[in-house]
Amino acid sequence: MTDPTESAPNPPPKPTRLAPIVTLDAKFFWDAADRGEFVGEACADCGKLRFPPRPMCPHCHSVKRNEVKLSGRGTVYTWIQPRHPAPFGFKEPPIVATIELEEGYRLVSNLYDIALEDVKAGMPVEVFFVPTMGNHQVPVFRPRAK
Amino acid sequence: MARTFREAAIAGIGATEFSKASGRSELQLAAECSKAALDDAGIHPSEVDGMITFTIDNSDEIGLCRCLGVKDLAYTARIPGGGAAAVATIYQAMALVNAGLCNTVLVWRAMNERSQYRFGQPHTQNLGPQAGNGTGSLLWCMPFGAQTPATWESLAAQRYMQQYGVTNEDLGRVAVAQRKYAATNPAAWFYGKPITLEEHQSSKWIVEPILRLLDCCQESDGGVAIVITSLERAKDLRQKPVKIVGACQSIPYNVEVISNYYHADLSMMPEAEGTAKRLYAQTGMKPTDMQAAMIYDAFTPQVLKQMEGFGFCKRGEAKDFIKSGGIDIDGILPVNTHGGLIGEAYIHGMNSIAEGVRQVRGTAVNQVKNVEHVLVSSGMAGAIFEKV
Repeated sequence: MTDPTESAPNPPPKPTRLAPIVTLDAKFFWDAADRGEFVGEACADCGKLRFPPRPMCPHCHSVKRNEVKLSGRGTVYTWIQPRHPAPFGFKEPPIVATIELEEGYRLVSNLYDIALEDVKAGMPVEVFFVPTMGNHQVPVFRPRAK
Repeated sequence: MARTFREAAIAGIGATEFSKASGRSELQLAAECSKAALDDAGIHPSEVDGMITFTIDNSDEIGLCRCLGVKDLAYTARIPGGGAAAVATIYQAMALVNAGLCNTVLVWRAMNERSQYRFGQPHTQNLGPQAGNGTGSLLWCMPFGAQTPATWESLAAQRYMQQYGVTNEDLGRVAVAQRKYAATNPAAWFYGKPITLEEHQSSKWIVEPILRLLDCCQESDGGVAIVITSLERAKDLRQKPVKIVGACQSIPYNVEVISNYYHADLSMMPEAEGTAKRLYAQTGMKPTDMQAAMIYDAFTPQVLKQMEGFGFCKRGEAKDFIKSGGIDIDGILPVNTHGGLIGEAYIHGMNSIAEGVRQVRGTAVNQVKNVEHVLVSSGMAGAIFEKV
């Protein structure tokens, strides 16, 4: 008989963040995120990067694609904090930001380990991953030294 | 019908009341505003031969034809891009009439956007990519908590505000000006309810540090319809015709409707600049030829960015133009004289097009003096209306 007053340590809270919406053309990105890797899409013929992912290169119109590893470094371009209504899946309102990646394009993500009033345009950030519902992960960012 | 070029004109406008709970179906709203617009023109509903609405309008063409008793529909189309393409409905209708393909084009937008569903709340029910919305990259926003139109707008607006030192107080002056117009417009939800800049500044943050409650348009129930025919025919109809001098659309590379973060410089609005360039080239007109403008105002920053995009002032100067009273009734360019989507109602931009028509007719409640030309813009599409 286990003593009900001696409960086991609390299991980690289940993630409440929405799982990514996986389309066939962007599956490589989210599969990589699940492995903790931050990748982009480049044309296999002319080598140019593109985002959001798409099935054809707008420069040479090749449909051949390569998955390329990204540095995970970027800078903050814009940032906000949704106050009302509360975004679904967050206990505290997140800082949502557009990040300009070293590789030369932007994506939407979150900023961690910083207060809203301390965020500055051009601030250097680096990627890490956080869990979502359904056992997935998404890339988010935190400040890094220059 | 002979396929010779014909000038196009707006012959009728119609609307339901604007409310927060219409108490009837969206199809009924569509039918009522359509009937009102056709009555305004003096055209029997059975004569409609072209129908245009938004991709995301929930009423079916056939359903609406069955209400109106349309005897032989020749053309239907739906415009993608949500409200950004509102004026593109007028553009398509003009082109159909110009080409001699239709004689009576009905444009409508009707929705229970407050009582039946809420555009302003997280769009977590629409997670999948949907063609025709013009917002294909929303799926790159949802898991990060950017789930509402206000958040999507703010992520781009901040870059513009930083570039030109625009403050939330500067945005507030747009809301104050438009609520002043709405206060004297009996059709407006905020009729009799002007606001002060202090009230704007003390309204709660919707998205910090960009948008307060009073920077946001309403969620509304209602419908607006517009009837387009040939200028020649319109001259014999019930109302003074409003000529469509020109209309066009511009969607530059890498621009999308609201999750619009992928083009080179978010401090400007390539789609508005592109639309302006094409529209002025098409019509031979320039910004100073306009006596008023109706500018899509889902959120206050859009008004500043479009005013600059359409050349009413230089980049970064809209805040000073507005501060000096430039968009007021006696200003250089009165803007959104019905109160806009902020003050009158949010019928996805169509109620602002109707106000452009009233200004040219000379029947607006907040009538601008000596109106010859009005520009209407929904960001990615624009049109110029002319007094005949």
